[in-house]
Amino acid sequence: MESYLVDITLILDSTVRLAVPLILACLAGLYSERAGIVDIGLEGKLLAGAFAAAAMSAVTGSAWLGLLAGIGAALMFSGIHGLASINFKGNQTISGVALNFLAAGLTTFLGQSWFKRGGYTPQLSGDQRFNPITLPFANELREVPIFGQIYWELISGHNIITYFAFIAVPVTAWVLFRTRFGLRLRAVGENPKAIDTAGISVTLLRYQALIITAVLVGIGGAYLSIAQSAGFNNNMSAGRGYIALAALIFAKWRPGPALLVCLMFGFLDAVQFRIQGQVFPIIGEVPVQAIQALPYVLTVILLAGFIGRAVAPKASGIPYTKER
Amino acid sequence: MTSLHPTNAQRSEGAAAAPLAIELVGINKHFGPVHANRDIHLAIKRGTVHGIVGENGAGKSTLMSILYGFYTADSGEIRVNGTPATIADSRHALALGIGMVHQHFMLVDNFSVLENVVLGAEDSAFLAPTLSKARTQLKALARDYGLEVDPDAIIENLSVGQQQRVEILKALYRGAETLILDEPTGVLTPDEADHLFRILGKLREEGKTIILITHKLREIMAITDEVSVMRQGAMVRTLTTKETSPGELAELMVGRRVLLRVEKGPANPGKVLLDVQDLVVTDDFKVPRVKGVSFQVRAGEIVGIAGVAGNGQSELLESIAGMRDQLLGTIRLNGEVLSLEGDDGAARARAAGLAHVPEDRLRMGLVTTFSEWENSILGYQHTYGSGPGLDIAKARATAEDYIKKFDIRPPNLDLKTANFSGGNQQKIVLAREMERNPDVLIVGQPTRGVDIGAIEFIHNQIIKMRDAGKAILLVSVELDEIRSLADRILVIFDGHIVGEADPATADETELGLLMTGSHASSGKETN
Repeated sequence: MESYLVDITLILDSTVRLAVPLILACLAGLYSERAGIVDIGLEGKLLAGAFAAAAMSAVTGSAWLGLLAGIGAALMFSGIHGLASINFKGNQTISGVALNFLAAGLTTFLGQSWFKRGGYTPQLSGDQRFNPITLPFANELREVPIFGQIYWELISGHNIITYFAFIAVPVTAWVLFRTRFGLRLRAVGENPKAIDTAGISVTLLRYQALIITAVLVGIGGAYLSIAQSAGFNNNMSAGRGYIALAALIFAKWRPGPALLVCLMFGFLDAVQFRIQGQVFPIIGEVPVQAIQALPYVLTVILLAGFIGRAVAPKASGIPYTKER
Repeated sequence: MTSLHPTNAQRSEGAAAAPLAIELVGINKHFGPVHANRDIHLAIKRGTVHGIVGENGAGKSTLMSILYGFYTADSGEIRVNGTPATIADSRHALALGIGMVHQHFMLVDNFSVLENVVLGAEDSAFLAPTLSKARTQLKALARDYGLEVDPDAIIENLSVGQQQRVEILKALYRGAETLILDEPTGVLTPDEADHLFRILGKLREEGKTIILITHKLREIMAITDEVSVMRQGAMVRTLTTKETSPGELAELMVGRRVLLRVEKGPANPGKVLLDVQDLVVTDDFKVPRVKGVSFQVRAGEIVGIAGVAGNGQSELLESIAGMRDQLLGTIRLNGEVLSLEGDDGAARARAAGLAHVPEDRLRMGLVTTFSEWENSILGYQHTYGSGPGLDIAKARATAEDYIKKFDIRPPNLDLKTANFSGGNQQKIVLAREMERNPDVLIVGQPTRGVDIGAIEFIHNQIIKMRDAGKAILLVSVELDEIRSLADRILVIFDGHIVGEADPATADETELGLLMTGSHASSGKETN
């Protein structure tokens, strides 16, 4: 009994850890897509953010400067995406895909020419990373059965970005549905003409959304390299940007469900780590690759038919051209 | 350039008695080589309904866009309440008390009425106070003007008429004193249009100024106090509505005499060419829309199907054209049973001698990104050349011929159809379908969004087809059009033919009652 509880707590704990970059990227995508801009470039921004954060942190020794650099890199990518898709009315999917390639190539290239470690950044330690925070009374309550353990293992002991990610969810919901900015953001993604005829700049609003997107996904990238891991390695985002987009569709572009879906993906990932190497009755040991593919297979299955009609913001992906 | 601007008319009444809400002085606007507005002078008195009429492309919408700040004029002055104003964007216009109800609504479909009303006019960064204030105001506006809409309803669940009310509420919430309505009745049922006019009447009583852009002369006569006519970018004249007539307005719009009544001889019906028996058709959601309809159309007659939009006439038309499978019933063409099931039903209908001018030319009649000549052969492309090759020379020659016969303008067969006006697009479709010399022609909304001049031409072509011994089935939501063209009128309501009438003797009220189902229970009746 006791050991099951420990097992479950540990799986849930790693669920949280694995879900954080997804949550941040998913919320980032939510702002952008709600404003009518498809952002398939989340993956690239995540990667660029991770690299910039690790590089800056390695050079300066400050995790906070690393975080800023991560956000900065994502902002630059968002800027290019904005220029291509808002000002020049280009195809947003193509722009996003191009940025993903750019990020993959650029991070490896810069990593190699700056640090000469085959694309890896130097190992980070101490203040170069965001370290776990022990919440008040966690130590004192540790001995209390069940609650104390859950508090110690699951709630306490995460880094600051994790707490930020979880707080960002209700904040996003509130911004989206309770503020003037949120109302306009949702409107510009549904019918930019309504915004234009109300005398509000569609361009400005969409850039604002892209900035928020960049900040969130930049933080998500920094989490990967300077909080979850201790350095950057090649292609470390590993498709999380795409999974976040899938999660966004599951969640039908709503923050609350987005959190749940990201946690579900995190959970699958956590389970996947736990069951590697385990021997199952009848089927025996399942190959690692098959288990690793599990979250992705589930994504495909769920997207194909289990979520019902997911209606994207109507103007999503369509550049706004002002006409009569 | 015309010098007949309205200050003359206004002086005679005395400027002091009727202060001007809006005054446009010498407005000019170019788009590249196109001179869209030429030295426009216009004075609109406060507390009146002022109509602006003109054909498509006459510059009405451009002018109103300038007034609403969507465009800025190249030269000229706008005066609002006597004070010169620069209107750089819509926000300025709103601040000056000018609101606009666009032809295609500027609403966010999945927002509530309340959210749409406050969008862009929020008082603070947080929504709650604005929303509760707006709720109170909407109640007051509903009471004062008959603009009832549930503030919490989601836009996409509202009828078109209600959505339009939301647009008006948006403008009034922003404190609009002058309201511009662009073709407001184009999408409304007759009932909804009546309701709109009652609202406009109340707004006028309360001292609001209304600018009504329309091409329906009947509405101009019914509701406006003054009317300005535009043609080819210029203001032709401003008249007092009471002192003018639809005939005079039409002539000013087109620049020549226009026959508003169709001239046609008596019908000479021959044998039955189209015979529809007990037809049942469902829509995309498997809901029956045509519920057992039988009728016949003879050679040399036009049968009109009258009804309020959405009573099954679209499905009826699409079914006979082979675009929609029928559930039950038979369709006979020239005595032969037409089997139209399957995806190639429309092609088989064509092959059997049935031509179809669809209701919505942009969705079903044309591929707007194709050039004129390509559209001229769509549906008949297999008759141009053999095998996989296309005999382009022959196709172009055909298009050339159609352009001449139907006076399609501009006469450029390489121009994308998207760049033709509504009337000319319709002519492209009509030419394609009529010139194949079909036995039966079915026509949906032949003149929707078409200029007066082109309407006259299209009507005459349809009559010509009839006189050549073809059977014509006409569906239109314009009762006037049905009455002037058809030799027999069938009224459709809720998927049933609820009555038949002779257009020469039919009483409008009677038809109106039939169309709204007030006589539905009595089944087939003749009067």
